[in-house]
Amino acid sequence: MTTATVTPHAEVAAPSAERSKLVGGISQAVVGAFGLWAFALGERTSSGADTVFGFSLTHGQSQVSVPAQATALTLSAIALACGLVRVFAPVGKTALRWLSVLYIVCMVLAFLVWAAAGSSIGLNVPSILEQTAVATVPLVLGAMSALVSERSGIVNIAVEGQFLSGAFTAALTASMTGSVWVGLIAGMLAGAAMSSLLALFANRYMIEQVVLGVVINVLASGLTGFFYDRLMALNGAEYNTPPIFNALRIPGLASIPVVGPLFDQNIVFYAAFLSVPALWFMIYRTRWGLRTRSIGEHPLAADTVGIKVLGLRYKNMFYAGLLSGLGGVWLTIGNTGQFGKDMSTGRGYIAIAALIVGNWSPVGAFAAAVMFGFALELQTALSPLSTPIPGAFLQMAPYLVTIFVVAVLGKKVRPPAAENKPFKKG
Amino acid sequence: MSTQTPQTEQPQGAPPEPSRFSRIVRDLFTAESTPLVTFLAIVLALLVGAILIIISDPTAMRELGYFFSRPSDFLNSAWHDVWHGYQDLFKGSIFDPATLRGTPSQFFGPITNTLEDATPLIFGGLAVTIAFRGGMFNIGGQGMTIAGAILTTYVAFQWTGIPGGLQLVVAVLAGILGGVLLGGFVGWLKAKRGAHEVVVTIMLNYVMLFFLTNYLLTTTAFHDPTKAGQSISKPASPNAILPHLFGPSLNTDIGLVLALIATVVVGWFFNRSKLGFEIRAVGLNPAAARTNGISVGRAQIWAMVISGGLMGLIGVTQVLGLNNPNNNSLSPNIDAGLGFNAITVALLGRTKPWGVVWASLLYGAFQAGASVMQANDGISTDIISVIEALIVIFVSAPQLIKEIFRLPSREAAVPGAAS
Repeated sequence: MTTATVTPHAEVAAPSAERSKLVGGISQAVVGAFGLWAFALGERTSSGADTVFGFSLTHGQSQVSVPAQATALTLSAIALACGLVRVFAPVGKTALRWLSVLYIVCMVLAFLVWAAAGSSIGLNVPSILEQTAVATVPLVLGAMSALVSERSGIVNIAVEGQFLSGAFTAALTASMTGSVWVGLIAGMLAGAAMSSLLALFANRYMIEQVVLGVVINVLASGLTGFFYDRLMALNGAEYNTPPIFNALRIPGLASIPVVGPLFDQNIVFYAAFLSVPALWFMIYRTRWGLRTRSIGEHPLAADTVGIKVLGLRYKNMFYAGLLSGLGGVWLTIGNTGQFGKDMSTGRGYIAIAALIVGNWSPVGAFAAAVMFGFALELQTALSPLSTPIPGAFLQMAPYLVTIFVVAVLGKKVRPPAAENKPFKKG
Repeated sequence: MSTQTPQTEQPQGAPPEPSRFSRIVRDLFTAESTPLVTFLAIVLALLVGAILIIISDPTAMRELGYFFSRPSDFLNSAWHDVWHGYQDLFKGSIFDPATLRGTPSQFFGPITNTLEDATPLIFGGLAVTIAFRGGMFNIGGQGMTIAGAILTTYVAFQWTGIPGGLQLVVAVLAGILGGVLLGGFVGWLKAKRGAHEVVVTIMLNYVMLFFLTNYLLTTTAFHDPTKAGQSISKPASPNAILPHLFGPSLNTDIGLVLALIATVVVGWFFNRSKLGFEIRAVGLNPAAARTNGISVGRAQIWAMVISGGLMGLIGVTQVLGLNNPNNNSLSPNIDAGLGFNAITVALLGRTKPWGVVWASLLYGAFQAGASVMQANDGISTDIISVIEALIVIFVSAPQLIKEIFRLPSREAAVPGAAS
């Protein structure tokens, strides 16, 4: 049934859970202790400075200021304690998960309190929320796309390529027709075309899927770059000046303070965030979801009870491509408008990292995507605060956070069992 | 994935095996024939490339609009686009007939450019091969190249006190060290923490890129003070530059020799050494390898260390080689997509050391020719990425080539063997 391919997940006999718990907890505690030293006892917060949090988009209104040192101290101490509890206390699985969430929230808040200490501008909470949400949109769509394909047993490293082809096609068709809706449909279909290509070569010709995905990314980057040079760079007015989606203000919700700006966005934005509960329901509560999970876990058993494994895999890859194509649509006509070479800058890969960190579940992947979205926007949020950290390190933050999280989680996350294994009926 | 030719067992009572020569001739035209499939894959990819060139030419597409009233217009410009493009691709990479009466350096210029472009690809292809044989995907070529380039550049402009050629040797070793550090980190995370190496290597690519571009090249230690406003490091001292291989007028440096030595060593490593055997065993079946007393984690870490060291050598040839456009200094796009091209090279070479060399020569020729094609015909070099990716996809799917060209399979060619 399976060829002699090498799956990266196929390791057996993981190091004992005890040891992993020890190392993970201690590394959390060490980072927490570093936070205590750097954020709470450093000179930035030590001079009795205050940190100002603004809760309105207009500057100077409804501000709350807290003593920086005491707050940072408390938050880092909680984070440190989380690490220690993880090592020594006998806590259950659910508690561990919440502990991790608490740990991350505390570390991030301690960092922000430190970064904004002493600044009169302070941190504008609604603006950070909105920017994080905007940065999260492509990550959520990419992660949901990868979720649908990986839950059906096909590794979708090619989200990046689907983003690029969706973004390019949306910009091109929207420019030529002047209609965002044509761009939306064409962009989603372009993403689906790319993922169907992946499905074809993975299912029918059984190429190693990680390698295939990377090669398809090279292909998409080359194709969009080639047509960009030949069409858009020469005649940008005709081919690369698309209209963009108008914001759709939801009456009532948009007037709520702090979270209001989140309800004054365009339709792609809403679609991205609605895709999470929708997929959760479809994966866990519908017949399609049960079948999808079964072909991702045990295709032979699914085949035995009459599920058409390959057909469903093709179908699901098409849907997955529609989702990541929508992510590409967001990059151009949903957000900035123009297409640029390799404009997705690795966000397709971050989306896959979010899926892995979120343990292949819609809600987990969403939480991870929000975390990465926040890390991506960190630099913009902190640039007026003149922190002693060079901008380059803030730009690295999302990628470093990914490595840290993947290393801490380690083997505790479990991919669908039949992932990266071609199915051959017979 | 390297495809293995299935050995069809001759059942009892089958007709006697035909002579060896006729079998070779017959197998040449079946789908199991590697050279034929590779050749057809290249042809097919070039055909797709030709179609892309035509449909991206607005003039040709306008003429296609009235194809049925005057087909010659469209056919002429389509033929003109493709013929001149591919002609320049050939002239820029193999040889230009116009230079037959020119000087030797004109005559050998294109082919030496190809060799120079192939050099880093050989290192990269070998690096991906080693990780792949160990059951891992090294997608971190970009980051490891940058890590190697940073250390090699530092030695090359800073440690001028080291006498003569020794500085070059130290610079090369520093480059290897840079890749080894990053590769070892990835291997360690994989073996000890179970972190997925694909995610880690991709993230490290971005980390290293931002580190180099937005931090290191702005520091006084690295940034060239004479190039204000540009992201460029100080240039390497003349002692630390890789010397010409075929004389000063030809564009190939000693890096090619290093690459061929690396190929021989990697070949020996896989076939003869204990560690190479362990890495292959772990790649084929980690559970079986562990049962047989092989430390899986150790093999994984070593595979990534060696892979990283080879990737670091890309950094060396990119900075200290003759291809460096900025007077042998470090700039943000030092990787030039080689880290990702290395993956396609390794696959086209079927993850075998000498296969990698042949694949590198082919892709080196594409790269050398692409710059001429872009300069003369305005065809973006990105078309080369498309053609290279397509070749790899087609080569990995021999079944597809067989279906397109209706090649007989071996079973059909041997009557009675399938019974």
